[in-house]
Amino acid sequence: MRLFDVLGPVMTGPSSSHTAGAVRIGLTARRLLGSRPLNAEIQLHGSFAATGRGHGTDKALVAGLLGMQPDDPRIPQSFELARQAGLQFSVGSVTLRGAHPNTAVLHLTGEDGRSLEVVGASIGGGRISICQIDGITTNFGADYNTLIVHNLDTPGHVAAVTGCLSDHAINIATMQLYRSTAGGYAVMVLECDQPIPDEVIAELRQKPGIVKVTSLNL
Amino acid sequence: MSYTSVREMLNACKANGKPLYEVILESDLAESGLSRAASEAEMRRLWAVMCQTSADYRACDRSMSGFAGGDAAKMEAAAAGGVLLSGSYLSEVMAEALKTAECNACMKRIVAAPTAGSCGVLPAVLLPLYRAGVCDEDAVCRALFVAAGFGQVVAARATLAGAEGGCQAEVGAASAMAAAALVDLRGGTAEACAEAFAMALTNLEGLVCDPVAGLVELPCIKRNVIGAVNAVSAADMAMAGIVGHIPADEVIDAVAEVGAAMSKDLRETGIGGLAGTPTGQKIREIVTMGQQ
Repeated sequence: MRLFDVLGPVMTGPSSSHTAGAVRIGLTARRLLGSRPLNAEIQLHGSFAATGRGHGTDKALVAGLLGMQPDDPRIPQSFELARQAGLQFSVGSVTLRGAHPNTAVLHLTGEDGRSLEVVGASIGGGRISICQIDGITTNFGADYNTLIVHNLDTPGHVAAVTGCLSDHAINIATMQLYRSTAGGYAVMVLECDQPIPDEVIAELRQKPGIVKVTSLNL
Repeated sequence: MSYTSVREMLNACKANGKPLYEVILESDLAESGLSRAASEAEMRRLWAVMCQTSADYRACDRSMSGFAGGDAAKMEAAAAGGVLLSGSYLSEVMAEALKTAECNACMKRIVAAPTAGSCGVLPAVLLPLYRAGVCDEDAVCRALFVAAGFGQVVAARATLAGAEGGCQAEVGAASAMAAAALVDLRGGTAEACAEAFAMALTNLEGLVCDPVAGLVELPCIKRNVIGAVNAVSAADMAMAGIVGHIPADEVIDAVAEVGAAMSKDLRETGIGGLAGTPTGQKIREIVTMGQQ
């Protein structure tokens, strides 16, 4: 563990998992949506549901959706700030099978009309894992610039995407592939050392068989 | 590479004739790629936040559950009224531990040191000395590097998470880190820092994590007080030349072993211990009802 993982992070209390991690789930979901969220249905599972209010997990998730970082002192006022920012939201509970005890499900609609469902877990010390995007399993921590591509499960898409990144001198740190059923939908998650520029996103969206491209730049 | 044993850390001091904070800082620079200036600036930033948290404490703040807040003000009032047994330094240490831990429960900004639940321990022992002019910012930051270096070894050999090792891994580790920092501030040797660290950790070994209603409030806030006071006593013992006999690394390994043997009910699940008492369960009901 690095020195500043032992001392730090600077965060708004009370819990690195239930508060700081929850802010990061909200913030990551906002970045994945790619625009300002206008509507958010939030569902809490497990320990998030049981002790979430006492830990401010609900306020933390909304704060993240508003673009706040885990050390933002306005996190306790996030519900009021959401109303001012025109973000409609609801917070409920849900029971998910086999999910991490600190899991939240976020259904978001952005100002550009696009919608997104993100399932995120807070796995300790403020670290998170994005477990699902639009119903398809993923597993990334949002610690890197991340490119998420939904495509038809047919040959050539991985080559096309990695080729495009190579053309823009973007180095891939990790890469994961998932699919719903053979020949159905597939998702690739690429964590990269450099930010993913808009032209890469635009180029990938033009490619046949690619259904959706989402990026997360830090 | 960061150190995985206190022994290696002490050997590095001896071999290079360098102080403890220096070998710790250098080991992190190699790994993090940060410059020395950036690393020192980051430590000054963390110290500034610790000072600010204490300054931002308000007696009227209450946590979401309503069970936390106001205790640091009571401690300060009692100290001012001359009714406490502790001398001025220790009563300030207790008040500061309460302040930061209460600020955390009340959703204010803190430095996880090493965790949010144990965030009050390090600032509690350092702030009164800094305010009294016993040490300046540079000395405090060096002591914080020492604390972090010992914390790294705990993370490597055991854990800093209550869910894995109980409260001994959070407040216990924070207390041991603070004890080493205090000895460094008082000009003790690297060996004495390690003795203070080992004795502080020894004295909180076995402490379980049993938060009522699963919240970072009860007993966490007052555990920060015992963590801080324990750090002072361990540092004073080490400065007096007292040794713990079991070396620091072996104490950490014992903490890891005890943590692994702890029932899951006693590792941040909010089930056993104080959380499972009739009153603990009643508080959980009240908190959960407030949620609906």
